[in-house]
Formats: sequence, C-alpha cells, structure tokens
Amino acid sequence: MYNEKVMDHFTNPRNVGEIEDSDGVGEAGNPHGDFMKIFLKIKDNHIEDVKFKTFGCAAAIASSSMATELIKGKPLEEAWDLTNEAVSEALGGLPPGKLECSVVSREAIHMAINEYRKKQGLEPWEEKQQ
Amino acid sequence: MGEKHFVYMDHAATTFSKPEVVEAMRYFLKEHFGNPSALYSIGREAREAVETAREQLAKGLGAEPEEIYFTSGGTESDNWAVKGTAFARRKEGKHIITTPIEHHAVLYPCEYLETKGFDVTYLPVDGDGLVDPADVEAAIRDDTILISVMYANNEVGTLEPVPEIGKIAAEKGIPFHTDAVQVIGKVPLDMKRAHSDVDMLSLSSHKFYGPKGVGALYIRKGVEIDNYMHGGAQERGKRAGTENVAGIVGMGKAIELATADIEAHNKEIRKLRDRLRKGVLEIPHTRLNGHPEKRLPGNLNFSFEFIEGESLLLMLDQARICGSTGSACTSGSAGPSHVLTAIGLPPKIAQGSLRLTLGDANSEEDIDYVLEVLPEVVEKLRAMSPFYKPTT
Repeated sequence: MYNEKVMDHFTNPRNVGEIEDSDGVGEAGNPHGDFMKIFLKIKDNHIEDVKFKTFGCAAAIASSSMATELIKGKPLEEAWDLTNEAVSEALGGLPPGKLECSVVSREAIHMAINEYRKKQGLEPWEEKQQ
Repeated sequence: MGEKHFVYMDHAATTFSKPEVVEAMRYFLKEHFGNPSALYSIGREAREAVETAREQLAKGLGAEPEEIYFTSGGTESDNWAVKGTAFARRKEGKHIITTPIEHHAVLYPCEYLETKGFDVTYLPVDGDGLVDPADVEAAIRDDTILISVMYANNEVGTLEPVPEIGKIAAEKGIPFHTDAVQVIGKVPLDMKRAHSDVDMLSLSSHKFYGPKGVGALYIRKGVEIDNYMHGGAQERGKRAGTENVAGIVGMGKAIELATADIEAHNKEIRKLRDRLRKGVLEIPHTRLNGHPEKRLPGNLNFSFEFIEGESLLLMLDQARICGSTGSACTSGSAGPSHVLTAIGLPPKIAQGSLRLTLGDANSEEDIDYVLEVLPEVVEKLRAMSPFYKPTT
C-alpha cells in the first residue's frame, strides 16, 4: 500500500533524535494517535539543524522524515509555508486516508518556529486559513 | 536484521489449505464440475460429495448432518443467525443480548437491527475479555429473543464460558448462538453433550486449513430461523444458491483433519506459543492482552508501550514476519480496536498492539527468529518515539 519512497523514509528515517540546545521545540498530535515532536536549531533566520521523534504509523514517520529534509537549511518563512501536500508529493504520494497522518509535521514545525520567535521577542506568526 | 526466514503468525486471520484438502477439491473443480441439483451422473456425484462433507462436519461437531447448513463463510453464518432469528421471533420480542467484543459480523447486524426497532444489550467484559454468565442472566428480559456470545475472541484469544451461558439461555428458553469461527480444531465440540444448549454455531473453513469462501451454520433441529438467502431450494430450502461443491468438499476434509486429535495438536501449538510468550514478555514495558490461561492455544496479543502497531507490523514484514494489529491506523477507523477498547486498554496502549497467532505453519525455528527480530524492531521504534524515556 505504501510506495518505495515512503517505505524508505519509514525504515530509514532521516533526522531522528533530539537537539539538547535547540532554539525551538514543537509538538502536535492527531485523532489517530500520531504524535510528533520536533527540535530546531536556528541560525541567521535559517534552519541549521532539525531533529524529530514520532509515535505513529508508517505514513506519520515517513512524513516526519521527509518534512525535516524539506525544511533543513531553509529560511523560516519557507519552512513555515511547507504544506502537507508538498510533503506527500515529495514522498511520491500517500495512500488514501493517510494524508491526515502527515498533518502533524506542519503543526509541529509551526509551533517550534513560533516558540523561537517568542524567545527572540518577535510576534508569533498566525496560522493561515487553509 | 538476520536472514530472511519467512514466518507466518496470522493463523487467526486465515490458514493455508492442507495438501489433502486441495487434493480432495481438485476433482470437483476439474472433470466433476456438475451442479448437485442436476440428475445426470456428474450432478449426482457432486450431490454425494456435498452430503459426505455434511457428514464430516456433523461428526466434527458431534451433530446430526441435517443440522449443518453450508454458507459462504463465517460472516454469512453470523448474519444469518442474528438477523434470521431476530426476524423469525420479532413478534415474541425485540431484545437481543450480545457482547461488545464480538466480531463485526455479529456486532454490525446487531447495530442494523437496532435501526429496525430491536433493542440490544452489550454485556460488560472484564479486563481479560471474559463475559460473566451472571451478567447474561441479569440482562435477560421477558422480551429477549436471542443471546449471541462468541466462543473465543479473535483478537485476544479469550475463551468464553459458552456451556454455562448456554445453560442459562436454555433454562429461560432463549435461543443461543455462538460464533465458533476461532475454535474449530482447538476446542472439542459436542452438540449433543457439552454443547447441548447451543442452538446455533457459526464456523468458517479457512480458519482450520480449509479453503476460503465457505463455512457453515449449525442450526439445532426445531430452532426457528428466517431464511437469509432467498432463491433456489438448496440446503433443504433454507439457504439458496448453488453449492460451492469444491469448497464444501475441502471444508469436509479440513474438519476431519482438524478434529482428529485436538488435544495432541493443542499441546504442540501451546508449547511453541508459551516459549514465544515468555521470550516476548522479557521486552520491557510489554503486556499480554487477554486471559492468561483461558485462551486459544495459538493466540498471543501483546501491547508494546510507546510504539504504534502499524509501524511495528511493517517493520516485521520487512523481516518477513506476518502478524496483525488492533491499531487505528490499520483499521482505518477513528480509534483502536473495539476489543482492546472494551477490555479497558487506554488508546495509546491499544495502539501498540501486536497479535501473533500460531498454527501448523510454525516451527521452533520460527520462535527463535521472532525472538531475535522482534526485540530489535521494538527497540528501533521506541528510539524514535517521543514518549519513550530509556531511563524509566
């Protein structure tokens, strides 16, 4: 049911772990029980390093892995605009009904970025209506 | 992750067909394809084969051949028993008693009947999934027309006190149905003695090394039930449709083999099962779901804290180990398995469930291999879980 790319990111997920001196931490869950925690290291408004830990199905783990790959090295604005569809597309598509397993990445990234912004004394960014 | 040894531990989902079963079927798929209702020789031969299988099933259940009705499988048998009884007895009452851990083939017909004006009581079960016969007795009302309690739960393997519940039903004169899909070849059945209070019993061929797409409903003589399939006059006018001759023949052979020496077979499977159980429970933060003793000989159902079942299954599949899970993400539903929820497991624990069901496809080498692979896989998934703290 999963394509090779999803299976690759599930069995060999990129960026698993924690960052002790991170600049922003975010977490998010969904009604399926999937739960993701993300750690960002930020330098000059860019995501210098990112690590994650995820409890969930293969779609949730593979999406977490891909999402971290997609935002690594990117400016915060670009990371903020990452969509679930972009993650799914980069994975070559998720099976029907599994797209919602990937939403935790976006939510966790937003929370981590805003935590960083608050620490910097900046206004947190607002969620856009999708 | 070691060598790619193939391990099938999902016998509760389905079993392979035994060579003797396939051999018996072949004849009726090729030259001897006649319709059992036809008068010419190949039709008569098919009819005889169907009746021989009926005798084999009757013998396996300790029943009379005329109490066996062939169906397309466990789901049809359950649907027929529940809806057929409800509609046949609707003038006498609208109340049905069942449990929240039944297979969906019983639960969903009950839910359907609720939309048609019937009233269903779902009995409580304890933390091991056991039904208390006293609760059955307490739930009985003047308008109760059916009691349906499964013989063994397909997920956690718990064996229910079916003879005791049957006795209560018989004393009150209420028809009693049991879904026995998981117990054929595992619990000796005798419809004349130990199970003389069971009025209807569902079974499915592919759970005991027979082919898929065929099953039976045992209906005790004199039990009132409406037809479910309407059409031709097959099965003494009670179940329409040309008989699945090859399937029926295969099921006949399969039940003969499965019930030949139940105790010796159980002992063998239990030995493998208990070694696996002991080994898996050495993994920290692991629990066994279902009753520790009163359970199917091949069933194991574990919860591994901090990890999710679908991930676990797919990791095991990478190592060519087949199991199953009650995780929400696999069933496509909003929550984890209704059985694990009913026995009181918190959603997060139920999410990390793994069912391994052993049977004739297994050997001591399989146990060695699973005990080598499973702890590594659990460790790998825990290492990426935000809930897991290795120090705790």
